Amino acid sequence: MQRRTFLQGLAAAALGCGHPVFGETPSATPPRLLILIALKGGNDGLNTLIPFADPAYYALRPRLAIPRDRVLPLSEREGLHPSLESLMPIWNDRELAVIRGVGYPEPNLSHFRSSDIWETASSSDQVLTRGWLDRTFAQPGWPSGRSIDGVVIGREDNGCLRGGAGRVITLSDPKSFRRRARHLGAPIDAQVDVQVDTQPRQAPLQHILALQRAIQAAAERLQPAALETEFPANRFGRQARAACEVIANRERLGLAVVHLTLPGFDTHRGQSGKHARLLRQLADGLACLRAELKILNVWQDTLVLTYSEFGRRPRENANAGTDHGTASLQLALGGRVKGGLHGEAIGLAHLDSHGNPVATLDFRRLYATILERWWRLDSQAVLSKRLAPVNFLA
Amino acid sequence: MFVRLVLLFVSLFLVAGTPLAAGMGIDDARHLLARTGFGPTWAEIETYAALNRSEGGERLLEEARVAASQAPPDWVAVYPPRVKLKALPEDERRAYLKQRREQEQALRAWWLAEMRTTPSPLTERMTLFWHSHFTSALDKVKPPVLMYQQNALLRRHALGRFDSLLHAIAKDPAMLIYLDGTASRKQQPNENFAREVMELFTLGEGHYSETDIQEAARAFTGWTVDRTHGGVRFHPGRHDMGLKTLFGQPGLYDSDQVLDLLLQRPETAEHITRKLWREFISPEPDAETVKRLARDFRANHYSIKPLLRALLNAPAFWHPANRGLLIKSPVEFLIGLERQLALTPIEPQRAVKVSARLGQDLFNPPTVEGWSGGKTWLDAHTLLERQRIARSWSRPPSKTANAQACSQPAKATKRPAGLRICTWLDQFDTGGDWRGQAIRLLVPFAPLDKPSPELPPRQFVRAVLRDPVYQLK
Repeated sequence: MQRRTFLQGLAAAALGCGHPVFGETPSATPPRLLILIALKGGNDGLNTLIPFADPAYYALRPRLAIPRDRVLPLSEREGLHPSLESLMPIWNDRELAVIRGVGYPEPNLSHFRSSDIWETASSSDQVLTRGWLDRTFAQPGWPSGRSIDGVVIGREDNGCLRGGAGRVITLSDPKSFRRRARHLGAPIDAQVDVQVDTQPRQAPLQHILALQRAIQAAAERLQPAALETEFPANRFGRQARAACEVIANRERLGLAVVHLTLPGFDTHRGQSGKHARLLRQLADGLACLRAELKILNVWQDTLVLTYSEFGRRPRENANAGTDHGTASLQLALGGRVKGGLHGEAIGLAHLDSHGNPVATLDFRRLYATILERWWRLDSQAVLSKRLAPVNFLA
Repeated sequence: MFVRLVLLFVSLFLVAGTPLAAGMGIDDARHLLARTGFGPTWAEIETYAALNRSEGGERLLEEARVAASQAPPDWVAVYPPRVKLKALPEDERRAYLKQRREQEQALRAWWLAEMRTTPSPLTERMTLFWHSHFTSALDKVKPPVLMYQQNALLRRHALGRFDSLLHAIAKDPAMLIYLDGTASRKQQPNENFAREVMELFTLGEGHYSETDIQEAARAFTGWTVDRTHGGVRFHPGRHDMGLKTLFGQPGLYDSDQVLDLLLQRPETAEHITRKLWREFISPEPDAETVKRLARDFRANHYSIKPLLRALLNAPAFWHPANRGLLIKSPVEFLIGLERQLALTPIEPQRAVKVSARLGQDLFNPPTVEGWSGGKTWLDAHTLLERQRIARSWSRPPSKTANAQACSQPAKATKRPAGLRICTWLDQFDTGGDWRGQAIRLLVPFAPLDKPSPELPPRQFVRAVLRDPVYQLK
């Protein structure tokens, strides 16, 4: 941001002549939609996609293993947890990609640090402050004239969108959001651009100003939506519903990213029941999300991707739970997704010195795929190196 | 340039203010109290304005407490008998869970009331700081009694010694449950506490290896919580007595010895000093000053008071560019609103719900890292929610009261909150310029959208509350 424009904004505000700046019309076709789902706490990949043909799996998990006859087979050797039943129709339609072995070299086992690595797309020994999507929004190739780049559903802080280059709003219910935004008053600094971190000292104040602008831009364009699908009455179901209500306004908003969170995957104790419930919530929510997005006619333009800070240790612990692990699988769904198993299966025979699997697919390759094949952007500019895309998009 | 503009605002304030005798004056006093409490009142500001800066800080430290001023709920005295929930009939189970929820709410309401009324707001700010540092959460710990006991422990040590606090927290029942210490034994040590004690409580990320964590986890084995009485017990048979190697040093370490090793390392003092800097001064600690203060902190046997004294006396604390640079936490916002507008306290149960909606569910921080604070306090959702609350709470106590002339006393109403504007204006003594004083009370520097002096008093105050600057301290 130019300091001068900020000052002018302040001066204008002091004179009481601030006025909204979001008069410009969003471009007719917003960027394709990305729905990111954070599985917070570290999802146990090994009990999500079960290597039922591998005796090592049953040896490592005497109490937690899913019996072979309950697994929903996807291949001769692997299959989904029974709670993921509602994903099977999507799998059968070839719109579900299961991407295996995803992680990064020199894995960090701290929730905080590893989430940061995933959300900023840094390497293990590198600290970045801006989220990978925030850097994406700052690319010259990113369409201009949109009023909202991203919507975060729920209240969790999330690092993918952190940084201030994008216009991002957080809401849990579009209706109350609209009602409250009406009281906000006119934006104060009419002429200020959105970049925030150029003046770290004033960052908190600028953060609030940027929020006010984003709120107003979104509220102006967010119309009530009548949805046909009945969503599950749980937390994730409500989030998926709110996401669809927002997406129904996608063209008006110029929306490109929606972020959802399903927390609770840090299953150090008594994992079985907890994990099964979480996976069921996830699968049921995703199935409804897909149904409604098809009705809204955006499923072809939608890519859903899960992420989680790490997987869990293959060997179960003494408390019928699992400790922090490393490489794991992620799910991608969408109208243009190439369904199937991607990447290499976790090698239980080759665990590292802490008993964790070794990643065979760098998670940043998933981002490179999205940047290049979904949004047609230069991935190197965002990820600061060239990474080979993964072939999960048609 | 913008910094300079803020400087200008601040210095205009300074000129406008008439500092009493050798006192620090209104604006310094406001800054000191806003940073160390929960929204100072005009009367409090006037009292501190008469002291000089270091006297002000000294007084805050002298008034520190080791116990709450308000009595906790009765039930905290008794550890509830263990209940096998699954074995209970449905109705009893429901009654049990209902009672527990009520206790959780009562506990939060008690702490919020303490924050609002304590003679030492700094004590509560520090207790809250440690709560977000040595996190435990009701969601996992379950018995509210244990979370109360942990809260009392944090308050007892809040301005005492960090080393004692660390040793005490490692054997705190709520902590042993929260970070799976109770589940950790020789045969299969659980790494949860060992990891967080290094990453979050002492050294900070990057100053230990995975091997250090695994070895420390062995040293922490053997401690459990007696679920009948709620006390802590050590089982020698569950403890790994073997040789461990930590930071390259072999030894037969037990839990306390590992903590002492962590306390010997300079990174621990630096980590805590940096965090306190962020709490009280600015989001970006000055690396050199932190190093110096941390050295003294460690040399002073981790006494917290001298460290706080040094932080409050640091030039950076008072520097104009650092004023209004921090975002109020939800409880600072809520309690500040009640205190600064002299509102009839809102119903405790409601206050509890509001603070959770704003992102600060007391006794239940979202993750083991506590609340991240700073910019993360405000997103589109919580900003709108804060503005709604400020709007709603600054309404007149009732419609009739609104219509009353200023000379008439406000009628008692059913609604608990509400701004009695006439009484409120009376606190400012200079008849003509109450607006200037109201602004100096409510915001750290001039509002960006300065309200017109033509506005009626209540509208004027509400315009200040709506300004982005009101979110800052």
